[in-house]
Amino acid sequence: MHPAAIAPRTELIYRHALIVRITHWVNALCLLVLLMSGLQIFNAHSELNWGSKSEPDHALLSMRAVQRADGSYAGITTIGSTSFDTTGVLGLSGKGANLEARGFPAWITLPSYRDLATGRRWHFFFAWLFALNGLAYLLYTLLSGHARRDLAPTRGELEHIGTSISEHISLHFPKGEEAKHYNVLQKLAYLAVIFGLLPLAILSGLTMSPALDATFPFLLDLFGGRQSARTVHFLCATGIVLFVFVHVFMVLVSGLWNNLRSMITGRYAVETPEGGHAG
Amino acid sequence: MPGDRTLTRRGFLTRGAALGGAVLLGGCNDALSRSPSFREMLARAEGATQAVQRLVLSNRALAHEYTEADLSAHFKANGSTGVDDAGYRALAQSGFADWKLKIDGLVERPTELSLTELRKLPARTQITRHDCVEGWSAIGKWSGAQLGPLLQSVGLKPDARYLVFHCADTLGRDGQYYESIDLIDAFHPQTILAHDMNGTALAEPHGAPLRLRVERQLGYKHAKYVMRIEAVSSFAKMRGGRGGFWEDLGYEWYAGI
Repeated sequence: MHPAAIAPRTELIYRHALIVRITHWVNALCLLVLLMSGLQIFNAHSELNWGSKSEPDHALLSMRAVQRADGSYAGITTIGSTSFDTTGVLGLSGKGANLEARGFPAWITLPSYRDLATGRRWHFFFAWLFALNGLAYLLYTLLSGHARRDLAPTRGELEHIGTSISEHISLHFPKGEEAKHYNVLQKLAYLAVIFGLLPLAILSGLTMSPALDATFPFLLDLFGGRQSARTVHFLCATGIVLFVFVHVFMVLVSGLWNNLRSMITGRYAVETPEGGHAG
Repeated sequence: MPGDRTLTRRGFLTRGAALGGAVLLGGCNDALSRSPSFREMLARAEGATQAVQRLVLSNRALAHEYTEADLSAHFKANGSTGVDDAGYRALAQSGFADWKLKIDGLVERPTELSLTELRKLPARTQITRHDCVEGWSAIGKWSGAQLGPLLQSVGLKPDARYLVFHCADTLGRDGQYYESIDLIDAFHPQTILAHDMNGTALAEPHGAPLRLRVERQLGYKHAKYVMRIEAVSSFAKMRGGRGGFWEDLGYEWYAGI
């Protein structure tokens, strides 16, 4: 209960440093372009394999267009040995005369039309931008103490992770002092993405390079072959998409404008009940 | 000056935001994808990739070699899988007995070599992974003359910088296949002119009678149906000016990734 008589005091704190804000948005743009151009590249061979070579009979995942008994076509996605009819989205998509066999549909690939060469140009340009931007962020975050101060969870936080989980489930978030820093689930999610998922995406991407494989053979050992690396790369992209969904959802439910402002101007509003201390 | 730097940064951010907006608005990205100047900007990444890969790549580092057990049961034949040309058909009819590989351009001793002569040259057999630009990989065993010693025997002129491979096949309306590599790859020990695949003479779908293997690059660099090797100082004035059939259609000349 919030008795109207006690008006909460709003305090604007400086939450995100300029370099964090810039690298955040550059990163967001890069990931969007990398995802969409990556799906264009995936469409050139819309199946995933494990090991060194591609064997259509042993594909882990495939998206194909097949002819039905009545002569019409269907998009079939197969994961392991289970097939799904995904007509209109995966395997076969497009309206009317534009109906075509393609893994992912036109609205999510870059460019929308089938063009592997151009997809690769987008992908590699933004891969460079992504890597350099990520490097700038990492240098800042490690050298400035941002990682240790703001991202590393404390022992106490880890011990009370259950509280944070129930807060998230009920969508009730800390106010006052506690809202001035990231909560433990946030910290763990960011750490996993920054030091896990994103570097893994880069490494698995580089392992698809025949030139780099020659120089750094351990890349092939690490992933168990070039086709495995391609599959891991795809899974990393999937993981990043899932993270972004959750991230954007949390931004929406925990105060869209406040969160957006803090990532643009750096200022974040924290409500402190009269008296200053929020237990 | 600090003022200038701020302006540049602001300009960069504005442009970045505009670009982000354009990508988000479906359809606009297709206009960008087709814009020649934007495509040129994107293509600059290829220069960075080539420079960095060549920097970290020891020139002699070998592509991983596999064992017989790893061979692909079915090695996909991509691109051209046959040749219509009447001259080629006549040569194929006689098992390429009258076929000759021509080596010319910026060389001291222009040469013609029959298959029998090629088979007598210093050769190499290697089981390697073929990585198609489309994303699939297949493992095959290749045997053929090493390109390096062959080039030494014909003698490259000092201004020779690239080797252009002229092929017998045509793909669609875009004309005859051709490819080019630089001297770093030409003299790499695994760069061979393969006449055998998996222990038998190269079949037509895989480029009979001779295909280039340039193991540290993607599949389209491995020209099939090679008829002539020409040493040049530049390929800028040849065909589309980008040094290869697929390159002229927008693919990277340096296909290391």
